[in-house]
Amino acid sequence: MSKQLLQVKHLTVDVEQKEILHGIDLNINAGETHVLMGPNGAGKSTLGYTLMGNPKYHVTGGEILFQGKDITDEAADKRAKEGIFLSFQNPVEVPGITLASFIRSALEQRRGKRLRLSEFRKELNAAMDILQMDHSYADRDLNVGFSGGEKKKAEILQLLMLRPALAILDETDSGLDVDAVRTVSRGVEEYQKDKQGALLIITHSTKILEALQVDATHVLVDGKLVAAGDGSLVEEINENGFERFLNA
Amino acid sequence: MRDKKQEKTYVEDVSRSVYDIRNEEKDVYRVDEGLTEAIVSQISKEKNDPAWMQNFRLESLKIYNELSVPDWGPSIDGLDMNNIVTYVRPNTKMSAKWSEVPKEIKDTFDALGIPKAERESLAGVGAQYDSELVYHNVREEVSALGVVYTDMESALHGEYADMVRKHFMKLVPPRDHKFAALHGAVWSGGSFVYVPPGVSVTIPLQSYFRLNAPGAGQFEHTLIIVEEGAELHFIEGCSAPKYNVANLHAGCVELYVGKNAKLRYSTIENWSKNMYNLNTKRAKVEEGGTIEWVSGSFGSHVSYLYPMSILNGKGARAEFTGITFAGKGQNLDTGTKVVHNAPETTSFVNTKSISKDGGVSTFRSSVEVRPQAKGSKSSVSCQSLMLDDISRSDTIPALDIRTQDADVGHEAQIGRISDEAVFYLMSRGMSEEDARAMIVSGFADNVSKELPLEYAVEMNNLIRLEMKGSIG
Repeated sequence: MSKQLLQVKHLTVDVEQKEILHGIDLNINAGETHVLMGPNGAGKSTLGYTLMGNPKYHVTGGEILFQGKDITDEAADKRAKEGIFLSFQNPVEVPGITLASFIRSALEQRRGKRLRLSEFRKELNAAMDILQMDHSYADRDLNVGFSGGEKKKAEILQLLMLRPALAILDETDSGLDVDAVRTVSRGVEEYQKDKQGALLIITHSTKILEALQVDATHVLVDGKLVAAGDGSLVEEINENGFERFLNA
Repeated sequence: MRDKKQEKTYVEDVSRSVYDIRNEEKDVYRVDEGLTEAIVSQISKEKNDPAWMQNFRLESLKIYNELSVPDWGPSIDGLDMNNIVTYVRPNTKMSAKWSEVPKEIKDTFDALGIPKAERESLAGVGAQYDSELVYHNVREEVSALGVVYTDMESALHGEYADMVRKHFMKLVPPRDHKFAALHGAVWSGGSFVYVPPGVSVTIPLQSYFRLNAPGAGQFEHTLIIVEEGAELHFIEGCSAPKYNVANLHAGCVELYVGKNAKLRYSTIENWSKNMYNLNTKRAKVEEGGTIEWVSGSFGSHVSYLYPMSILNGKGARAEFTGITFAGKGQNLDTGTKVVHNAPETTSFVNTKSISKDGGVSTFRSSVEVRPQAKGSKSSVSCQSLMLDDISRSDTIPALDIRTQDADVGHEAQIGRISDEAVFYLMSRGMSEEDARAMIVSGFADNVSKELPLEYAVEMNNLIRLEMKGSIG
């Protein structure tokens, strides 16, 4: 459990020539669940995108190591193949590609071999059942016309199918009603228990965390990590908000 | 010259080389370059035309000389008729047996998958090489239904001679435009199809046009008559190897769709990028009948292509589904025209165009609703995708509505591949090239769905081929 998975060292990041993250240090071990909290605009999503390798986010200093390897300059597809996954806050709609064929292509990329359709469908249906997704969604165009909740479920569905070593969930709980949060959270739990996958959960609320075992909590304010603690920090923030960190 | 192992492209194995096979011209008969009365007479004589056709050709030539080239659309300055050979006959007779087709020609079509397609999914095939059909075959069970599928020359002399004469260039008269007149003067090859009343041809007929000779023109004429209550799906494919001289394609397609009849006409055009494709296609649809066009334009240097539907009887329908992919050095001007000439007629147009590497793709639509076409409906939707900043995409819609009682809609969207979408797919492990190709294939999806499977696969291959190396 103590195997180092992700090491972020003194990371500074520019977006459109403006520095958003000012020297981030973060370590996540295999199988651990970390929570990244912070007020709006603190740079939480920027960190998520940067870890995934979005070319819009420029690393101007520091480095990112994944499983001991420097991936700071690697493209997103390489990182995905090595086991990093990002659940998008606003998943993109792609007309003409069905959810099922998309996941199948992604899975084939990940596993490096062709999958038999019947086996794939069986696996997909089982994962959809966990998320209480109607199977008909598999044959709909990727995210096109999906409600906010359906899009998030489709992200978690990909998580369950792809089973990465590190999953970054960017505001997966935002905009969801209580039932949907519960369902999504069940999917995340499934990922947690089944594969010993590590999690970095980016959120500014705590609803999604209620059922999850949290190993560490980080608080990001104005592009800096200003506090860290164990799971109990989540509860404290839940009660008192971020105020005590804002003038830290 | 040729790699025997070349096969038609499949997703994992993409190569344009199969289309670029060039054969040496051996013992072919060809007329001189250019266009004169003597050349036209020579073609007529060579083809043993009936007297009326001989006159028709010469009359068309006169019209050709009177008309000027279009003053709109992409430039065709690179096309010099004095350099185009209008008639090249391969050294073979048309055969109904594949084994009798000369080896070189056979190998070309083999590589393009033509005989294989026939065995697997077609009711009949015609294969034209340069100016003449070299192979024509219809399955027995189809001809037993009274369906006629033959080359135009045979039709002109045989049992259906009067029918051909009655319909030939009546929908597209030589006066229509300069290249229609040219077609009237020098046409050769092409197919004649007759489907008797009430007969449904459940598997498609196909013709494949292959222009091998450099500096040549292909002017095939396709005439299809689908009688009352009958049904047909006709597929045409076109390709040519790349030469450094301009080639010309000025074919003509005339489709007569009878009362309550249905015709689907699918085309995948992949001419090489030195081709001027100035093709004219027109359908007339009677009461309750349906014409469905499916049109994929990938090749050619310059295209002018606007299949037209004349909805001539009450309740007639037209559907047009098209995709145009303009890459480097291509200026593809495509679209469709619909004339609502009777009450309660319906037209539905759905097109996609893609441009990249400086390619220009222009979509023109024209919908005309005549005063008598009360209760008619028309919907035109055009989406364009530009893959970079140097490519162009234009939409030019024209509507001419002469009745209050019509429901007409038009929408156009022009977009680019969003970086966000590419990143999203890459974050799931697709390479950038695959991500872009996937987005473009998805964009084209509702068009490829309309194609027979074999062609849908080919279209996706063409998209992948076009997308290859587009990162940089």
